[in-house]
Amino acid sequence: MEPLEIAELLKKRFPGQVIEIKESRNQVGVLVKKGRILEICRWLHDDPRLQFNHLADLCGVDYLGKRDCRFEVVYNLYSIPLRHRIRIRAQVPEEDCKIDSVTSIWMGANWHERECYDLFGIEFVGHPDLRRILLPEGWEGHPLRKDYPLDGGGKNWSGYEEIRKKAKDLRQFDFYGDYPDPTKEKELKDVAGKDGEYGQ
Amino acid sequence: MENMDNNQRPFEPYEIQMGPQHPATHGVLKLDLELDGETVIGCKPTVGFLHRGVEKLSENLTYAQALPLTDRLDYIASMANNVVYSNAVETLLGIEVPERAKFIRTMVMEMARITGHLLWLATHALDIGAMTVFLYCFREREQLLDLFEEVCGARLTTTYTCIGGVRQDVTGHFLETLYKFTEEFPSRVREYETLIDQNRIWLKRTQGVGIVSKEDAVSLGLTGPSLRASGVDYDVRKHLPFDAYSEVEFEVPIGKKGDVYDRYRCRMEELLQSNRIIKQCIEKLPPGPIRADDSPDLVMPFSKKCVTADATFKSGVIKLVEDRKHYMEGDVYVSGECPKGELGFYFVSDGKGRPYRMHIRSPSYIHIGALPFLCKGQMVADVIAIIGSLDVVLGECDR
Amino acid sequence: MEILWILLKIVIVFAVLMVHVMYATYFERKVIGHMQVRMGPMRVGPHGILQPIADGLKLFFKEDVIPEQADKGVFYAAPLICLISALSAVAVVPFFKGFAIANINIGLLYIFAMSSLAAYGVVLAGWSSNSKYPFLGGLRSSAQVISYEIAMGLSLVGVMMMAGSLNLTDIVMAQSKSAFKVYLIPQFIGFFVFVIAMFAETNRTPFDLPEAESELVAGYCTEYSGMRFALFFMAEYIGMIVMSCVGVVCFLGGWNGPFDVPGIPFFWFILKVYLFIFLYYWVRATLPRYRYDQLMALGWKVLIPLALFNIVLTGTIKSIVG
Repeated sequence: MEPLEIAELLKKRFPGQVIEIKESRNQVGVLVKKGRILEICRWLHDDPRLQFNHLADLCGVDYLGKRDCRFEVVYNLYSIPLRHRIRIRAQVPEEDCKIDSVTSIWMGANWHERECYDLFGIEFVGHPDLRRILLPEGWEGHPLRKDYPLDGGGKNWSGYEEIRKKAKDLRQFDFYGDYPDPTKEKELKDVAGKDGEYGQ
Repeated sequence: MENMDNNQRPFEPYEIQMGPQHPATHGVLKLDLELDGETVIGCKPTVGFLHRGVEKLSENLTYAQALPLTDRLDYIASMANNVVYSNAVETLLGIEVPERAKFIRTMVMEMARITGHLLWLATHALDIGAMTVFLYCFREREQLLDLFEEVCGARLTTTYTCIGGVRQDVTGHFLETLYKFTEEFPSRVREYETLIDQNRIWLKRTQGVGIVSKEDAVSLGLTGPSLRASGVDYDVRKHLPFDAYSEVEFEVPIGKKGDVYDRYRCRMEELLQSNRIIKQCIEKLPPGPIRADDSPDLVMPFSKKCVTADATFKSGVIKLVEDRKHYMEGDVYVSGECPKGELGFYFVSDGKGRPYRMHIRSPSYIHIGALPFLCKGQMVADVIAIIGSLDVVLGECDR
Repeated sequence: MEILWILLKIVIVFAVLMVHVMYATYFERKVIGHMQVRMGPMRVGPHGILQPIADGLKLFFKEDVIPEQADKGVFYAAPLICLISALSAVAVVPFFKGFAIANINIGLLYIFAMSSLAAYGVVLAGWSSNSKYPFLGGLRSSAQVISYEIAMGLSLVGVMMMAGSLNLTDIVMAQSKSAFKVYLIPQFIGFFVFVIAMFAETNRTPFDLPEAESELVAGYCTEYSGMRFALFFMAEYIGMIVMSCVGVVCFLGGWNGPFDVPGIPFFWFILKVYLFIFLYYWVRATLPRYRYDQLMALGWKVLIPLALFNIVLTGTIKSIVG
């Protein structure tokens, strides 16, 4: 089925949910409200005319300052038996950063959603195990948001500081004795000034 | 009676951490296994040890600048990543690639598939304990890597394609050597098969292990040979042909049961099919340009003054790219069949020279996500076989 | 004088054995290397001939790391148990006519006893490391060695019945008087079971589960380093040599050969032992590894019934023929 036809079908089946149908480079994206996303996906998956059984991709997009609704969750769907595809984009506003999880439809959505939660901070309601995945537990902020600084804000992750401290404590067992911390360059220079060379 | 009850401790699973430094987890994958004897009752993968933030990085680079980052995704077959990335950007920008470049891309992509599958076979066999296959596979992989070096100067991080074509044309010597390779490669594949294919221990270790049904495989999002071994006919090269795949003949091997052995068989068949495709590409390679006329590229700024200040240097480079007329707003999702499975790039463009958002759909990430499902109820030794049979690369998984 | 002579014999055998252990590693790396289209060690000395010495030096000077949580006494003792039990088994092997350090009447049983003691070393190493992978390796090893001990013992019962003795020298003598000159032909079922059990007993591929590299990192010796690790390594190779000796004595006619080589009475013995060792390497380069449950199934469901059948068959034929 042609993607535009699918979009029209979707619009007919869920009136009021479809905000916009947009075609770019022969690919059709349907912008929907997030409220009934689970139903929409269930219908796309189960309907014999559509059979979107392959969730190719799920990701978040941050439109900070570009659109009224800050986040979008994008579902790229493909039907292996019928060989057609469509893209569903669900709006997720910043103040209500939640959307229903689709893990009950595609098991593979599990890790996609965890990644989206990790990097965008979008909460997936009904997800079986919503934890950070690529970043360590206890990371502050969500890096793929547009207001997250590229250099990480000049602050180290607390876990890294801990490890560094541990490594420093373990230096006493080092064969070459306690050598100065390379991260404290300023102190190093002082030492060098006094003794003429780096202390060993 | 009471005393006895007190003595009976509640059942506690034996927990072991497999990885991130373990010989058989193919990189820095960590699995928290819960064991009952030798049987796995729980499996929790932890990834992210190799997370480099490729997606965030590429938001601040031009399309051409982000290309080398794709080398570092699936570093075993980086050519394939290059090709899929370039395809995606070209779809977004609406650039038509010349015919010769398409054939060259198909050729190098299949070469990358062979190198990827050879490394998979080598490590998979080594995990199960067959050591000799490992070195036999590297013998052929080395030949292909030398060819990569000849065509683009690098063995692993190739960056061979560029947006709108390929960087350099292939030489006659390259084609001759490659043709010679394709002539003898089927006999090499037979050689690997003599070592393990009919081996009773190999069959015992692989058949009936890690079975995943058709429906589950699709639902889990498995792609590539891992999906096809379960009997699902889904190959991006056939379903949504890119480059010159519509012009070459090949078959897509399909498995039946979806166990480790079927995945092994599928990949072995693919080796031969890839070989066939390369041969056809060499025979059909048309003359002509290798790059589209309107392709943007990373061009060095002309005046030396620009190089001194960092900011100007950057803008000098980007200028040429951003001046293009038809950067369009919108989004595309383009995928290609990589050795590991379906590698997809989702681009959102706001009409500027850099991707507003790039998302990489990496097959390894999804495959590792399917591990808990596959490993439940298997034995410790099977977990190794299953990881091997899914063919995961952590560089691609963690991005 | 008698004691001095025995001590001298012990020193000679020990020295020769150690050289053979060293060069068994070199031989292994060369053989497997050439099977895998590569050269093996080439750097130290011509064709890497000094490689074992370099390895020994390296292991000797490596830092000896002992885990803090380990059960120290047992941790120290485990590799020694392995090595000593493997070494003591050599005492009863007749290398040529009239040459055995101890020509005792229960030689075969003594070798079994010693090789089962070696399992203690492995189990204790796994236990005392107080670490998870070694523990699993130790568990696997104890189950494996106990199961295959039975199969191996039973497979040799046929030989004992035919020779009518447990003394290794007597077994060789009896063989040279038998119809085929070797027990390999009448006892082929026993030989088959023995060879498989031999691989399992020495934890070699395809039964190297206790130290399965890809699953359990290094199994029971994960926490060992330096010389302690080398002791395990040496014990494994001595175990291989001892098992090969048993195979040669019981099935291949010991020191006897088609003709006598003047001046070298142990020529045929060494040659046959190296045939067995080559078999070890050949199998290692060829076969994948068994899974734990498959290994147990093979031991209990195939090898032990086969060995029992062999005993019945041997007994029947012996009673009919004579």
